[in-house]
Amino acid sequence: MSVAAPTLIEHVRIIDPARSLDAVGTVVIVDGHIVAAGTDALNQGAPDGAEIIDGRGLLLVPGLVDARVFIGEPGGEHRETIASASAAAAAGGVTSILTMPDTNPVVDEVAIAEFVMRTARDTAVVNVFPAAALTRGLKGKEMSEIGLLTGAGVRAFTDGRHTIADPVLLRRIMTYARDFDALVMHETQDAALTGNGVMNEGLLASWLGLPGAPAEAEIIPLERDLRLAALTGCRYHAAKLSLGESADVMRRAKQRGITATAGVSINHLSLNENDIGEYRTFFRLSPPLRREEDRAAMVEALADGTIDIIVSSHDPQDADGKRRPFAEAESGAIGLETLLPAALRLHHSGAVPLSRIVEAVTAAPAKLLGLDRGTLAPGSVADMALVDLEAPFLFSEDRIRSRSKNTAFENARFQGQVLRTFVAGRTVFSESDRSGG
Amino acid sequence: MSATLPFPPFGQRHLLGIARLQPHEIEQLIDLAEAEVAVSRRRDKKKSTLKGRTQINLFFEASTRTQASFELAGKRLGADVMNMAVANSSVKKGETLIDTAMTLNAMQPDILIVRHHSAGAVALLAQKVACSVVNAGDGAHEHPTQALLDALTIRRHKGRIARLTVTICGDVLHSRVARSNILLLNALGARVRVVAPATLLPNGIESMGVEVYRRMEDGLKDADVVMMLRLQRERMEGSFVPSVREYFRYFGLDAAKLRHARPDALVMHPGPMNRGVEIASEIADGPQSVIEEQVEMGVAVRMAVMSALIGGPEASA
Repeated sequence: MSVAAPTLIEHVRIIDPARSLDAVGTVVIVDGHIVAAGTDALNQGAPDGAEIIDGRGLLLVPGLVDARVFIGEPGGEHRETIASASAAAAAGGVTSILTMPDTNPVVDEVAIAEFVMRTARDTAVVNVFPAAALTRGLKGKEMSEIGLLTGAGVRAFTDGRHTIADPVLLRRIMTYARDFDALVMHETQDAALTGNGVMNEGLLASWLGLPGAPAEAEIIPLERDLRLAALTGCRYHAAKLSLGESADVMRRAKQRGITATAGVSINHLSLNENDIGEYRTFFRLSPPLRREEDRAAMVEALADGTIDIIVSSHDPQDADGKRRPFAEAESGAIGLETLLPAALRLHHSGAVPLSRIVEAVTAAPAKLLGLDRGTLAPGSVADMALVDLEAPFLFSEDRIRSRSKNTAFENARFQGQVLRTFVAGRTVFSESDRSGG
Repeated sequence: MSATLPFPPFGQRHLLGIARLQPHEIEQLIDLAEAEVAVSRRRDKKKSTLKGRTQINLFFEASTRTQASFELAGKRLGADVMNMAVANSSVKKGETLIDTAMTLNAMQPDILIVRHHSAGAVALLAQKVACSVVNAGDGAHEHPTQALLDALTIRRHKGRIARLTVTICGDVLHSRVARSNILLLNALGARVRVVAPATLLPNGIESMGVEVYRRMEDGLKDADVVMMLRLQRERMEGSFVPSVREYFRYFGLDAAKLRHARPDALVMHPGPMNRGVEIASEIADGPQSVIEEQVEMGVAVRMAVMSALIGGPEASA
């Protein structure tokens, strides 16, 4: 298995947003690279000894790039290892993951980043890119070694779940990061204003007797960050927005020409606060699930490009962390395996064009992270997902490959199944192997 | 079913909140409680409704009054009552809640009375045990037996709940008593008002079936019932309101403010009271106060609830 056999996928619908391509054609893969992909791909003929896949009725997209994945290694291997996250990613058609630095120890220096890269090389079947902390220990006090970490191959800097409270420090980090062209990804949740809030502030939280997190706790730091981004000229990315009003703020910033991008988690495109029902802790997320109007506004912002990328925000928590009273439970949900199927709901409902959905999970995050992935252009590494857009399936617990089972899509019905995932031309997941054991 | 039963069997296994009850179920519990009042006034206060049954009081949050009330209610019904003092022991943390539930479940109790500092915790525990569970207060969510005893007290004085004007005053934000009462009073057709500084009102209060007032004088006008809520000490000195004296000046119930209510208005308080903070002593002890009667009704209501949940004949199949 060291060198992947040549592969030919025929009669397949190819969507490659980086080339604005949506056509039925052929894809030729040799030595782990795409030789040709498109309607005229067979001009050069099929390579010798190629595996030929009949792609009739199927969709081929670039492998997904997920820019927000929490793992448990090092320090929380009972929740998720790099290997188990990688297996979950492969099953979801995700071929590249940006891992968050919220580990123990924190990924805030070169040695730890190298540990993640080395472990990934030895144990992972997908590409793993560690993000490093903006501040040492994620404490929001001292900036980490942005230059050295960039030199070691780190593609993005983030304090993960944490928001830097001190505006002076954040300004200096942004100013410094600009010289290294480093990407600053920032969660925008004001911890003080959120207080002990555990769900969206509003009538529902009031009836449940749960402390609410106000919308302003997201909007105020977002507005602050965008002003500092304009001031410093750094590459800024708002990691995970959840409110219609945040989308409005982002839209105006882009109109003013600020070099900023934004992400949304698939959860905030798919679910709303009502899903919490009677204290269902799998729906305890940060930022919290918002009102239906906010979910709809996020979908609209995704469609019009105000929101650039969709992330899974994969956040494994073990049963002990979730089987608690709502306010005492850990927040977060796994998502690598459901990112694409859940996103395809937006296609089936007609809310967002399919090509835009694919772009937001492939070309757009690849561009943001400066990766030569997320495209099927000739010469690219053959990271791909073969998808049956129409196939229905039930996301039951026994399907879950992640070590933790805290999914917000427990027993959800999806339409759109990943059949096979390729990384550098090699098959790293195949749905047909699942039933075969 | 059986013609000898004075009331039809109660249709639920647990009492987790007023929100889960239909109006006729609320009425049924109040009717049952009304009948239990006499028991506590007799010389022989012992019934045999729950003879041989085991009741465990599991209080993760310290409470003298409610726990004593449930204990007495169980004993008067003939149950064997055990108090688990978890508030001061190693099992007070949320992460062991499920384990605690499993452990107690293995002891085969018939009913668990649970108070917890976290909203939803009692419902979570109820999912993990085989017996009936009564919510004795979960965080800022619900305290259903308090609302039932308040309703019983009101009905004994006013003859009904429907169309009465009930004004709830004080820290609604943190109050499970307020939530349960708002639900119950609306279910039975009362008109509910709340009066509090805006910092002590939950978001969306105007959509919770109440009329919101900022001034006591307005909120109390022509009220039939005045329910005062307790203000926790840590909230009175600058974090939610500036000071005790300012709070008492604007939101404390004194004779001058009470004059705006109907002359026969009832004054209620779930206890324990902060005299001179939310209520003046002369009012708490005055002729309109039914605060002590609330305590008495508490025992009757808890007897009724436990009888309804587990007092029926043993299930045969």
